[in-house]
Amino acid sequence: MTDTTETSALPPETSQRRSLGERFPLATLILQRLGLSALLLFAVSVLIFGGVEALPGDFATTYLGQSATPQAVANIRADLGLDRPIVTRYFEWLGGAVQGDFGNSWASGNSVSEQIGRRLGNSLFLAFFAAVVSVPLAVGLGMLAVFYRDRVPDKIINIVSLAAISLPEFFIGYLLILFFAVNMRIATFPATVYDSMGFIDRLQTIALPAATLVFVVLAHMMRMTRAAILSVMSSAYMESAELKGLSAMRAIIKHAAPNAIAPIVNVVALNLAYLVVGVVVVEVVFVYPGMGQYMVDAVTVRDMPVVQACGLIFAAFYIILNMVADIIAIVANPRLRHPR
Amino acid sequence: MRLRDVSITAWIGILGILLAFFCAIFAPWIAPFGEREIVGGVWEPMGGAYLLGTDNLGRDILSRMIFGARTTLSVAMAATIISFSLGIILSFTAAVSRGWIDQIFSRFNDLMMSIPTLIFALVVLAALPQSLIVLILVMAVLDSTRVYRLGRAVALDVAVMEFVEAAKLRGEGRIWIIFREILPNTLTPLLAEFGLRFAFSILFLSTLSFLGLGIQPPAADWGGMVKDNKDGIIFGISAALVPGGAIAALAICVNLVVDWLLKRTSSLKGGRGDA
Repeated sequence: MTDTTETSALPPETSQRRSLGERFPLATLILQRLGLSALLLFAVSVLIFGGVEALPGDFATTYLGQSATPQAVANIRADLGLDRPIVTRYFEWLGGAVQGDFGNSWASGNSVSEQIGRRLGNSLFLAFFAAVVSVPLAVGLGMLAVFYRDRVPDKIINIVSLAAISLPEFFIGYLLILFFAVNMRIATFPATVYDSMGFIDRLQTIALPAATLVFVVLAHMMRMTRAAILSVMSSAYMESAELKGLSAMRAIIKHAAPNAIAPIVNVVALNLAYLVVGVVVVEVVFVYPGMGQYMVDAVTVRDMPVVQACGLIFAAFYIILNMVADIIAIVANPRLRHPR
Repeated sequence: MRLRDVSITAWIGILGILLAFFCAIFAPWIAPFGEREIVGGVWEPMGGAYLLGTDNLGRDILSRMIFGARTTLSVAMAATIISFSLGIILSFTAAVSRGWIDQIFSRFNDLMMSIPTLIFALVVLAALPQSLIVLILVMAVLDSTRVYRLGRAVALDVAVMEFVEAAKLRGEGRIWIIFREILPNTLTPLLAEFGLRFAFSILFLSTLSFLGLGIQPPAADWGGMVKDNKDGIIFGISAALVPGGAIAALAICVNLVVDWLLKRTSSLKGGRGDA
């Protein structure tokens, strides 16, 4: 997450850029944000590759065990290309990654990109349907909580959502499995999908994992929506709208809604970013063939090319969604366009 | 603060936390069986000699829960304390010094926070050797980024106050200003944040253990117990839900107390809900 104060911290630009910036303030700001995200992504790739290489621990010794002869270790390192300098290997890796080639898995020797291509679709499918259900539900419930502020419905929503935030994802998952798949037998477990599966079948299979994800993000999103709407509703201009005699409906549509859209969209984008990460645990619980499961399996056998590729892709999704949230906030709120 | 000012929900939270700590401290004396002792058949039902039944190897779940409280709480607490010390020292140093120290720390913190915590932990744990100290340090370092962000915001508010200026003018050093001027005035919001981070650490540790990357068997740990017993779910055996429920209950209890602390200090803004 990058905060908006960063733009004001930038050094003053040259006169030519300044005039361009004055003519197209919005475009300039969005371009700046895009550039910043690209820079961030690059830094993250350095961190994921370089940081991991700098850490102690070595695939070769893990793979061969403690009693390996130095010669065997050296052979494996040469096989995997680990004996070459780190900078060379980083740029080779990055060059491949930009073209969608993440090299071969150390453990199985298969192409990482091929596996990811198949699994990324599955993960996005799951996250997409969880989002389709949870976003309207969260915004609606958040509004309901504001409408009944400090009365019984608000308090119930508050306590339930506080509890939901505290539940680990796997607990919710197993609770749903025990209830719907084992006791009532109306859902399937494990949630295995394969290529030849029809769309309806697929939807039915992901019902439980999607429900778990919905539950996980719903509480967060709802609490943040409630806070966002409340801060708009308690502002001075809403009070003056009420004092000058506008009806509640008119005040909300004309004054509150335009100002509340930005924070709500921001909340939604942030939680979508959270959703992309949330799939990791949920996929393991439901044995769903997605990116998360792939990454966790790779971590246990220290299959670094897979781990680095998955890490980079997850981080990229996270950064891009956060960037979208930032840009929407800038577009929706003219005050952010002219930082003081 | 008087005792009757504490709300009912906060009392529930405090009692829950005390119970967990009681189990953790007195585990060897109150547990009916040993931590790694196989006492009966596989997945025996609740009731009888085994209050909560037995697990996938025939170990008593209640005993393992009590010993697990010890592991889970101590690791989570150690990680939280380290992350707090690290985050606060760095963030206060940044807030007091400003200038390039602040810029370097803050930009690096932004970079660390731009990678989701769980993903970052997975990448790092894939490379590092598996040991308890590594686990605690990884959790602590990743969590300290969140502490840093709040700590810097809170400290900046205080650092511009007149009494800090006065301390600077009378020639106090940086260490004095951090520990004697700023820290006492930011204690309440930081205390609430400590609770929040502790709850998050418990959940995070349990998630890592559940994925098989946290505490290694045969040591009992709540997240790992869920993993051990998850295959029973398909047969309708709810053994995995007992430790899962305990994690949830403890996290709820901590959150209840934090929520009450936060309501008391309405001045605190930001830094919440960002897992």
